[in-house]
Amino acid sequence: MTTPPSSSPPPLRSSGEQLVGDPDRHVAGLFEYVLGLADDALVSAQRTGWWISRAPQLEEDVALANIGLDQLGQARALLAHAGAVEGAGRTEDDLAYLRDEREFRNVWLVERQQRDFGVAMARLLVLSAWQAELYAALARSTDPALAAVAGKAVKEVAYHLDHAGHWVLRLGDGTEESHRRMQAAVDAEWPYVEELFTPVDPTLVASGVAVDPAALRPAVLHAVGSVVRRATLTVPEVAPARGGGRQGLHTEELGYLLAEMQHLHRSHPGATW
Amino acid sequence: MFFEELLADDGRVEPRDEMPDAYRRLLVRQIAQHAHSEIIGMQPEGNWISRAPSLRRKAILMAKVQDEAGHGLYLYAAAETLGVDREDLLDQLHTGRQKYSSIFNYPTLTWADVGAIGWLVDGAAIVNQVPLCRCSYGPYGRAMVRVCKEESFHQRQGFEILHTLSHGTPAQQAMAQDAVDRYWWPALMMFGPPDADSPHSAQSMAWGIKRFSNDELRQRFIDMTVPQSEALGLSLPDPDLRWNEERGHYDSGAIDFTELTEVVSGRGPCNAQRMAHRVKAHEDGAWVREAASAYAAKQAAREGAA
Repeated sequence: MTTPPSSSPPPLRSSGEQLVGDPDRHVAGLFEYVLGLADDALVSAQRTGWWISRAPQLEEDVALANIGLDQLGQARALLAHAGAVEGAGRTEDDLAYLRDEREFRNVWLVERQQRDFGVAMARLLVLSAWQAELYAALARSTDPALAAVAGKAVKEVAYHLDHAGHWVLRLGDGTEESHRRMQAAVDAEWPYVEELFTPVDPTLVASGVAVDPAALRPAVLHAVGSVVRRATLTVPEVAPARGGGRQGLHTEELGYLLAEMQHLHRSHPGATW
Repeated sequence: MFFEELLADDGRVEPRDEMPDAYRRLLVRQIAQHAHSEIIGMQPEGNWISRAPSLRRKAILMAKVQDEAGHGLYLYAAAETLGVDREDLLDQLHTGRQKYSSIFNYPTLTWADVGAIGWLVDGAAIVNQVPLCRCSYGPYGRAMVRVCKEESFHQRQGFEILHTLSHGTPAQQAMAQDAVDRYWWPALMMFGPPDADSPHSAQSMAWGIKRFSNDELRQRFIDMTVPQSEALGLSLPDPDLRWNEERGHYDSGAIDFTELTEVVSGRGPCNAQRMAHRVKAHEDGAWVREAASAYAAKQAAREGAA
């Protein structure tokens, strides 16, 4: 753990005392940060899982199950790490099943229903373009556990990006109907892009644990924009949605997702499965 | 005739070999029905993906339902070697002209049903399918080798779910017992009607597609499953089930085959729901498949022009 730099030079002698306060803040900040990434992956996996048995063709059932499994795997590794950082003995399941809406830290992009295939692919394009940049940078995090998760995930999301990119191309440049629907899907998801770049605890960035989300904006927008344009679609100019997921302020849809996901686990307190 | 000699020699018929039309038709019917069962079978278990009680179980279940989609893919590919295409087979499923296994017309009401399906339904499927690995038609037999390997993995996972529940809280134990009570008889019906009432069996055995009779396979399943139920600490809902020393098999009670007839005729608890789900997924995806073909045609034209 690195001591976060502050605006005034740290006193030479009392650094030990200062660490007594700072590690707590560092722990809390790191916990929130890792939880945000974990919840993005978990909530995405939950939405992606809906598609299994409902995809447009059998090959796509297989592909979406694969993507959902990758997202779930990332979520589990990140939740386990968040639990270890917090040090209160909470497991991946405690964090997934026993937190309420206001304690979830995912962005709005991932939590809304996606029962249109165009919307699912537009969203996956944005999410995986973001995660590809994020995980590539986090693979060099000074937090070794985070670096390890990111190093594995970066390969998985490269496939997700490729998969979503191909579908956006086919749908955008397919039939008249698919062009119209794909444009509508891009328009619908675009307001949720900006929340991805919500600033994180600057001390985590300074210590090399976290990545400054704003630094990823140009690369993410370029990756998504170039696919959208190649698909003969227009990059929308829309105002960003309010957002607030990183502070636990969500859309009403998250509550229903959690109610469904958590009910069985919560109905049998303390049971093992 | 080449075909007869091949069968007499226990050889494999391959797609380019001559074969009687009736043999081809019987295989198409059987392989398509098997493929349809895999994809309809995604629904009852898919029903619990969003609610799986731990993240580990959720991952295992997603992987399992994904395997079923994969099995559907190999089986449709095996059917296509006989000169039919997947679109046409799906159309026959969607219009009710081809069937799928009746077991998937039962609902998964609790989490324990996911365990019962793995243990009993996949267990019965394995007993049915292991002999099909030696089926006289090469592509089907080879597809079954892959399918069976994955099914035995699924069966162990189902057993493990039930084992955890039956060694858990009283509520979990009750959930496990209830699931086994509801799935036991439908699982036994997966082997089909009794031999005396199974019209296609004799021809299918003569052609080396089927290797054992329905009743033989059902007995094999019962003999294999009773000791496993004891290991689980769960009872099977048949008061007449007992070991018969003389026969070297378990005796069991009479199966109510009117139930099977009802479900096969479309009057099971979930027939309409399963079909509606499948047809809706297919119809909702039509614009996507059309776009993919249109895009591929444009790409081919662009490459041709370049």
